[in-house]
Amino acid sequence: MSAQAISENGAKSEFWQGVRLSMPVVVAAAPFGLLFGAIAVDNGFSVLEAFLMSAMVFGGASQMVGIELFGQHVAPWLIVLSIFAVNFRHVLYSAGIGRRIAHWPLMQQAVGYFILTDPQFAVAERKAEAGETVGFAWYMGLGLPVYVFWVIESALGAVFGKLIPDTHALGIDFLLPIYFLGLVMSFRKRPLWLPVVVASAAASIIAYKTVGSPWHVSIGAVAGVLLVVILPPHHSGVEARP
Amino acid sequence: MSTTLWIIIAGAIATYLTRIGGHLVISRFENIHPRVEAGLNAVPAAVLTTLVAPAALGAGPAEWAALIVAGLVSLRGGLMAMFLAGAAVLVLARQFVG
Repeated sequence: MSAQAISENGAKSEFWQGVRLSMPVVVAAAPFGLLFGAIAVDNGFSVLEAFLMSAMVFGGASQMVGIELFGQHVAPWLIVLSIFAVNFRHVLYSAGIGRRIAHWPLMQQAVGYFILTDPQFAVAERKAEAGETVGFAWYMGLGLPVYVFWVIESALGAVFGKLIPDTHALGIDFLLPIYFLGLVMSFRKRPLWLPVVVASAAASIIAYKTVGSPWHVSIGAVAGVLLVVILPPHHSGVEARP
Repeated sequence: MSTTLWIIIAGAIATYLTRIGGHLVISRFENIHPRVEAGLNAVPAAVLTTLVAPAALGAGPAEWAALIVAGLVSLRGGLMAMFLAGAAVLVLARQFVG
């Protein structure tokens, strides 16, 4: 077997390994994709527009907020600003993941940043933490199913929105917090994990009650990160390098 | 083009800027200060916590039960086991406490 064939096989199995990890995300996000499509049409979007928004923005919470404001006839610039505010946490993801994918060709990086969602970042960070290389094939295996299903579900929700049954009894409105808790727990071996979680939880709850959503996410996140930055480096396990 | 389409395009650009912006800023520095690196390492726990904490606070017994079980399972099992256990408890508990 030639070296190229071997590396192609490697990329293929890496891709499918990523696909396997994407499955809980696909399941947890599915109801929200359908729900987004249904709400979008309810608020005056066409099926095509709902589809386009999911394909181009690819950010569940921000799409929900955008569509809600659109339905209330809020000024367009304010809708865009709100989408930006909800998605602002990605700035931190972007800064963090850049260290893991800097070895990719530029075009691959550009694609990689486009599908940088909450689970995408967290699962890739877990892989990097385990000392493994975050490869493009693996990363796309993780992200592509989530993207494709999200876009299809949005369109389905837009077409068949009225048919969605009682979402509360099925528990689907609370699936994402459960999944995110699992991701939080999976980082518990990191230095200062508990202080970070406590600081971010407290700050986000206070901000949620005072400043309001969506700013509680950015404020809570910055509180946890700042705590680690302020504490002396020997606490955080990062040594000063010569 | 319709206003709706413009909102979608501008929203998409704004979102992509957040997804690439942090990297563009950080990559301008040749050496990352250890404290900044430590801060970046704290990003996953810090951001993801904010997606759970307010939702958990505003929830009820069924959701709390689901989070507790999911949290316990995550100490031993993988992500999928944790997720399925939490979801199962949530659906069951909601049949009783609504």
